[in-house]
Amino acid sequence: MNLKTLLLGTCSAALLCGFANAETLTIATVNNGDMIRMQGLTDDFTAKNPDIELNWVTLEENVLRERVTTDIATKGGQYDIMTIGTYEVPIWAKQGWLVALDNLGADYDADDLLPAIRSGLTGEDGKLYAAPFYGESSFVMYRKDLMEKAGLTMPDAPTWEFIADAARKMTDRTAGINGICLRGKAGWGENMAFLTATANAFGARWFDENWAPQFDQPEWKNTLDFYVKLMNDAGPQGASSNGFNENLALFQQGNCGMWIDATVAASFVSNPKESTVADKVGYALAPDTGLGKRGNWLWAWNLAIPAGTQKAEAAEKFIAWATSKDYTKLVAEKEGWANVPPGTRSSLYANADYEAAAPFAKMTLDSINAADPKNPAVKPVPYVGVQFVAIPEFQGLGTTVGQLFSAALAGQMSVDDALAQAQQVTTREMTRAGYIK
Amino acid sequence: MATENTRGLARLMLAPSVGLLLVWMIVPLAMTLWFSFQNYNLLNPANVSWAGLFNYQYFYTDPAFFQSIWNTLLIVGGVLLITVVGGIAIALLLDQPMWGQGIVRIMIISPFFVMPPVAALVWKNMIMHPGYGVLADINRALGLQPVDWFAQYPLFSIIIIVAWQWLPFATLILLTALQSLDGEQKEAAEMDGAGFVSRFVYLTLPHLARSITVVILIQTIFLLGVYAEILVTTNGGPGYASTNLPFLIYRTALLGYDVGGASAGGIIAVILANIVAFFLMRAVGKNLDK
Amino acid sequence: MARAVSTRRTVVFTIAAWIIALILFFPILYTIITSFKSETEAIQGFGIVPSGTVESYAAVQAQSNYFKFFLNSVIISVGSTLLALLVAVPAAWSMAFSPTRRTKDILMWMLSTKMMPAVAVLVPIYLIFRDTGLLDSRVGLTVMLTLINLPIVIWMLYTYFREIPGEILEAARMDGASLWGEIVYVLTPMAVPGIASTMLLNIILAWNEAFWTIRLTTTNAAPLTAFIASFSSPQGLFWAKLSAASTLAIAPILIMGWFSQKQLVRGLTFGAVK
Repeated sequence: MNLKTLLLGTCSAALLCGFANAETLTIATVNNGDMIRMQGLTDDFTAKNPDIELNWVTLEENVLRERVTTDIATKGGQYDIMTIGTYEVPIWAKQGWLVALDNLGADYDADDLLPAIRSGLTGEDGKLYAAPFYGESSFVMYRKDLMEKAGLTMPDAPTWEFIADAARKMTDRTAGINGICLRGKAGWGENMAFLTATANAFGARWFDENWAPQFDQPEWKNTLDFYVKLMNDAGPQGASSNGFNENLALFQQGNCGMWIDATVAASFVSNPKESTVADKVGYALAPDTGLGKRGNWLWAWNLAIPAGTQKAEAAEKFIAWATSKDYTKLVAEKEGWANVPPGTRSSLYANADYEAAAPFAKMTLDSINAADPKNPAVKPVPYVGVQFVAIPEFQGLGTTVGQLFSAALAGQMSVDDALAQAQQVTTREMTRAGYIK
Repeated sequence: MATENTRGLARLMLAPSVGLLLVWMIVPLAMTLWFSFQNYNLLNPANVSWAGLFNYQYFYTDPAFFQSIWNTLLIVGGVLLITVVGGIAIALLLDQPMWGQGIVRIMIISPFFVMPPVAALVWKNMIMHPGYGVLADINRALGLQPVDWFAQYPLFSIIIIVAWQWLPFATLILLTALQSLDGEQKEAAEMDGAGFVSRFVYLTLPHLARSITVVILIQTIFLLGVYAEILVTTNGGPGYASTNLPFLIYRTALLGYDVGGASAGGIIAVILANIVAFFLMRAVGKNLDK
Repeated sequence: MARAVSTRRTVVFTIAAWIIALILFFPILYTIITSFKSETEAIQGFGIVPSGTVESYAAVQAQSNYFKFFLNSVIISVGSTLLALLVAVPAAWSMAFSPTRRTKDILMWMLSTKMMPAVAVLVPIYLIFRDTGLLDSRVGLTVMLTLINLPIVIWMLYTYFREIPGEILEAARMDGASLWGEIVYVLTPMAVPGIASTMLLNIILAWNEAFWTIRLTTTNAAPLTAFIASFSSPQGLFWAKLSAASTLAIAPILIMGWFSQKQLVRGLTFGAVK
């Protein structure tokens, strides 16, 4: 009987939904903290727009990417707004799959968007195809106390040589301290994000101007050799299955002297509710090797409207709301300045309240500004993207190469073998895709 | 005449199932076959063209191809070995008198109710993690180095996780079979002075043969398709150490969005699965006729 | 003396069985325990005693409406099970009582329809679902899961029906029972345990199916597997929340399984008796 009541209950609820004449937007989003917070704050939006209802689909990053890509490519029409990364935007815009955001409103102030972020979302026609919700670069987070104990001082702009030296000096495995924690888990958005960005600092690149893979060049060998040796000497156990979250947990538990990863991590490691080392964290720019490029990446989660939706107007209203300065203010009022989505607007970094709440703000801004997706490597490249190559083939390719490099890290394959195989699979894939004639 | 009638009726009763499954088999198979001869990347839908056998050749020459087939078979074989042997042992144990049998049985069958992605996440982060997994804690308490499961034994770790999920299924079926073993027969054998081993070999095992066959057949079907556990734990690495055929297809289909290549991979997987099924039927299928 | 031996044996068996059971159950138990920890406690591992907080459950409910997902899971798994039984019972019946030379081949063929890896057919199926308007509908998902599990259901029923002795049928026929009477009064009562356990097993399989249920739904039809997908690996600490979400997702099926395990076991013979 209970079940019956229950079923009847839903049926009537469903009917009511059917008869309501509000426009319903289905929004696909990734399950990161800033997005979840946005879900909680949407009353503000629906109060201002009573004729629009919001339907959230929150998914883990990999599943989300799979779902929205399948849907947009097959024109499934399941979503009105999609949360997508900097990697997807140029590829999809080129296919004509995204609606240009021309009507974000007079007070949107698109010029306030950080130039590095904005340029990644702008199509060849100069129009904005996605609006950034939050942005990030990568930098060094380090333990001030351990650095001091090792008798060293972290410069604002360290070199890899210094980082490696410091990591080895800080390591004290009996005390559970690893000098440095870096990503090792295979995946284009996992170890390859870090390694591709780092390779830039070592003068390496994925492809030369003719799309010939470059894994057979000495720069890649230097990069991978350096990485594997450093991790063997000063990295944590099980590094080859560590991604962002695993390293975050290690750092928060006080097991890492340094960690080079996304700038958004700073708000987690400096949060005393989560982190045991909250008051001991310092920040520095991603290291270089004196060749003129730092290994700091650039990423943003953006809101975009798939072409073909009937509700583009309402969707654009929502996007304007969620990525506006007013939304920033709303979060600050309700949840405090430390929880404001970072990395998209210059005005945020001019705000004294934010500076006070987020000690890592300046370093984040400097890192984002220093990233140059159009010229990521020391040598010229035919592609866009710092920690990825913005071509459709990269997800599969990056994951395969990531598997090989994680085997090198785990000691199951030599660095030379890993690079030779990476060169082979990349050549194969690029030939097939028609880049190499 | 009655038999004529029954036979006609029997066909009629069978028809819906066969029809549905026929459609369910043919439509996706035909579409997959069609796509497997196309150059079709989902992210570049404007460029669809006839590819001939190129997708097959491409999939077959993937550096991970042979290892992935080997890994597929290892996963199936490893999990079957653990679940059948473990299942028999646990079933034998559960068949004995003991206190709290109901609770014990509930605990043992519970893993079967856990969704595969949850199982993989729990095992990866809370059990096998070299830093804060329980196994690492135990090792440290014993003064040993924690084992880095997913780097050192990636395939074995995955086999353990999958076997954990399927052990209850095997146990349950074998236990039911065991309980149907005639008590009198057992007693008679005991009276004859047959020891535990000979009773097991000559009485119990033949009695279980049919259930073991069913366990093997049904599990094989599911195990040939394992990939969610790999995706969550090792992403197919390090190297290709834990890449199996479904994972290779996943990489082609949902990372590369290469529909043509993934379709070719799917067809290859179906052919391989049928080969496995053929040998399996020859090896154990006769038990079904009993 | 015999008594003493048997008591000692019982003690040994009891200890052995409990150890094995606890090991196998541990990951689930640990998940449940972790769900009552705070995030910082959760990350510190097994040694930390949970503070008994329910903050993770609150956070999970605040982010996703559990009840909606739960209801979809119930509707889809029960619906697909009933649908599968509707088709499978007659088929299994006919194969068990009027077997032909091809029966075994048909059974094997049915099982072989499960051999196509789901990832390989995602795009074709997605296209079909799009064109038939079945994306994100409970109906579509119910049909999908029915087709996926149908072979298993037929197999289970077939093996069970085969154990119903033919002589009983003969006897009923001698008594002049019609075919209908045969089915209703003689066979059905004997088949109930088999059908019941098939049903239970199929509900479990449908409940836990985590590929199609995530790929073919967005909001209206999304079941608990999609609910879980919104809590696994976000940035930041998530262990306690994922544990709470997992506990919520598996609790209904776990409780159902616990209460019905006798029925589940009774019918799971898969042809063992003969």
